Amino acid sequence: MEPSTKTENGKTLFVDPSKLRQWLPGVLFILVASFIKFVLNKSIETDALTTFATNINEKAIQIPNFVFNTRNALDLIAGLCAGIGLYQIIRGFKKKTSSIIAMIGILVVLGFLVWGASGTSISFTGMLAVMVIRSVPITIGALSGILCERAGIVNIAIEGMMIAGAFAGAVIGSIFGLWAGILAAIVMGALLAMVHAVLSIKYKVDQIISGTMINIFSTGLTSYLYIKFLQSSENQWLNESGFFKPYAIPLLSKIPVIGPIFFDHNLYIYAMYILVAVLSIALFKTKWGLRHRSVGEYPKAADTLGINVFRTRYLACVLSGMVAGFAGSYFSLGSVGRFEQTMTAGRGFIALAAMIFGNWNPVGALQAGMLFGFAESLTTKLSLLNFPIPAEVLLMLPYIITIIVLAGVVGRSRGPAASGTAYEKESL
Amino acid sequence: MDNKNTSGGKRNFLSIFYEELSKSSLTIIILSVISGFVMGGILVILTSPEVYKAFGTSFVSGISTSWNIVAKTYSSLFLGAIGNPAKITAAFRSGDHALILKAITPFLESLVVTTPYLFTGVAVALGFRAGLFNIGAEGQVLVGAIAAGWAGWTFTGLSPWIHVPLAMLIGALAGGVWGFVPGFLKVRTGAHEVITTIMMNYVAYYLIYYLISAPLRDPNEVTPKTPWILESAHLYRFFPDPIRFHLGFFIAIAVAILAWFVLFKTTWGYELRTVGLNPNASRYAGMNITVVTIAAMALSGAIAGMAGASEILGVTWRQSQALATGYGFDSIALALLAQNHPLGVILTALLFGFLRSGSRLMQLSAGTPVYIINILQAFIILFIAAPAIIRTIFRLKQPSAKEVVASTISLSEKK
Repeated sequence: MEPSTKTENGKTLFVDPSKLRQWLPGVLFILVASFIKFVLNKSIETDALTTFATNINEKAIQIPNFVFNTRNALDLIAGLCAGIGLYQIIRGFKKKTSSIIAMIGILVVLGFLVWGASGTSISFTGMLAVMVIRSVPITIGALSGILCERAGIVNIAIEGMMIAGAFAGAVIGSIFGLWAGILAAIVMGALLAMVHAVLSIKYKVDQIISGTMINIFSTGLTSYLYIKFLQSSENQWLNESGFFKPYAIPLLSKIPVIGPIFFDHNLYIYAMYILVAVLSIALFKTKWGLRHRSVGEYPKAADTLGINVFRTRYLACVLSGMVAGFAGSYFSLGSVGRFEQTMTAGRGFIALAAMIFGNWNPVGALQAGMLFGFAESLTTKLSLLNFPIPAEVLLMLPYIITIIVLAGVVGRSRGPAASGTAYEKESL
Repeated sequence: MDNKNTSGGKRNFLSIFYEELSKSSLTIIILSVISGFVMGGILVILTSPEVYKAFGTSFVSGISTSWNIVAKTYSSLFLGAIGNPAKITAAFRSGDHALILKAITPFLESLVVTTPYLFTGVAVALGFRAGLFNIGAEGQVLVGAIAAGWAGWTFTGLSPWIHVPLAMLIGALAGGVWGFVPGFLKVRTGAHEVITTIMMNYVAYYLIYYLISAPLRDPNEVTPKTPWILESAHLYRFFPDPIRFHLGFFIAIAVAILAWFVLFKTTWGYELRTVGLNPNASRYAGMNITVVTIAAMALSGAIAGMAGASEILGVTWRQSQALATGYGFDSIALALLAQNHPLGVILTALLFGFLRSGSRLMQLSAGTPVYIINILQAFIILFIAAPAIIRTIFRLKQPSAKEVVASTISLSEKK
């Protein structure tokens, strides 16, 4: 909008806010660097060694473990942080700042790992493999959110669609087999999404209220059905779907370190890669994607050009629901092998955060998903090391980072302009 | 139009009454609740294997079995929430104090469950009125509880007259901080409060998990729990054990009335509502949207924090790691049902409190899981948020244009 930019430029501030946004992270990075250099580094013996175990099984080509001097490694990390900080202050990473923040976060965690594992050994490869696995529901859930929001509909019901998908997947999967379970989960997600679509497109209900309703409904319904039917022992056969076994991709899985981390998983992990690729191309390289996005940015203009806004939004919503249902089936068919109450544990909301963090972009969502996945995998490892920071505090980090990113402290991420508003077709 | 009809003389009193009724938003509310219960009943029938078996033998027995199951579910819900009416009247006739107390225990217990709903319902409604969707009540309740609890066992040697208000205040303050952050971020950076409050919920959750497992843990306990709060911090309980009905209920009612007064009888409340209805108009009218939004969010958080405080000071007396309360999420439906009116919240909080309290007996005796309550709530939100559905089902008239249904206020950011 023209007027708002004018007023912003017209203001005279003592400190240019964009400069502040550039310096603040830079100073922070350098503080982090000095913390690693002067606090962590000093507490370690000069000749202490850290071992990162590289092999988790015999499938990949075996390579020797990665052993290094703890202090040198910490110096390297501190140097990297300081370098990035200086560059940020002098030149600035501009739009890339939020990914740089994430990178610094990873470096800090890496620093703590190196420090914590000083004198012992941790399976770094194993941690990263767990990261990839844990990122699946978050990334696919975020893709679901992207599909919906790019067409101008806010979908905070991802959580509800996921739990419903997990339930349908487990029950139908137990009766008719795993593939039928996936199908059921997708159908379940689509049905709930249809409700969301009708409410928010036809009845113009506030999309957040509609989404909240679906969340309450599906959490309630799955818990209700679980207690009523799946808890008794004679009905156990209804909740024993089992899960997809890992399949090592030939050749690729043989690559040391990379292979076990990325290419030795079950269907869901590969589906995640494919979905990210397909959605990136579909949204940004096809005519369909252009239309889809135009409806989310400026529905009126899209309508004038003959794009059917309502149909596009219905389709987006249902597709989003299908993806969310599929993501939900990961919990039952991809990891646990049965349904448990509230097994999604808020992953749908983290998926929303990943979507925002990834700037409404599939590849960004994958990166954000990996970040959140890493945080989860980290907490499982922490109890094994004598780590100074409690696991709960680290678990808090993804949420705090999301708030910071959302607040635009570091390069604002901006969603589709028309997201969240019902489209009213003008009558003649 | 209306005048013409009434003076026409052909229409009797009932039909006019019906027409007026069919336009009122109160009708929508009542019908929404009824429809919610009907949908719940249908769900109970659909998920009962006995019904299918009965329909296999004959249609009539199928219908009667369905009826019996629904009746059993809802009657045990009623018994669990209010108590057995026959027993209550008998107890009152006998005049025996102990008997009366025993008979009305379920009723008083329902009031105990209602208390946090009153706080969170007012909190969410206040947010809605300012155009803010506070999903963070859950987290605000948690931090309110732990802060009040901390005050409850830390300050020794205080008289209850000072200790209880102090602990409540500290709980409210903690909740207020939890509400302030999203409010501040919203006006300063445009971060949508829905996402930030959800994130704040998780931060609160892990923070409290951490606090209970280490710094605030009672060292004498095997499982992580906080110490007991001191006697002087207990909210006054009106009856001997095991009845837990406590002063918090009346504090909550007072807060609801105060919120009503502030919202509808003060300039500041007027500003708050105006900002909620139309931020642009209020900006042109010279209102300070920044201050109003932040204050509304902080106040909303503070009231939600009081819910946690009253729980720990009045009911549990300590905090364990069984954290998920659900009060924060339920209160969204509750506030919508009350059309975001603080006095309406008193009624809907009673409804929700009684449902929640009665559902335990329902699960025990009728075998209907407590989660039917969530499903009822979802349907109620659905019908309230989309009044058009109820209007279509019951063939109601469109409301007159001047009527503003609070729930249809768009919460999305207007640019």
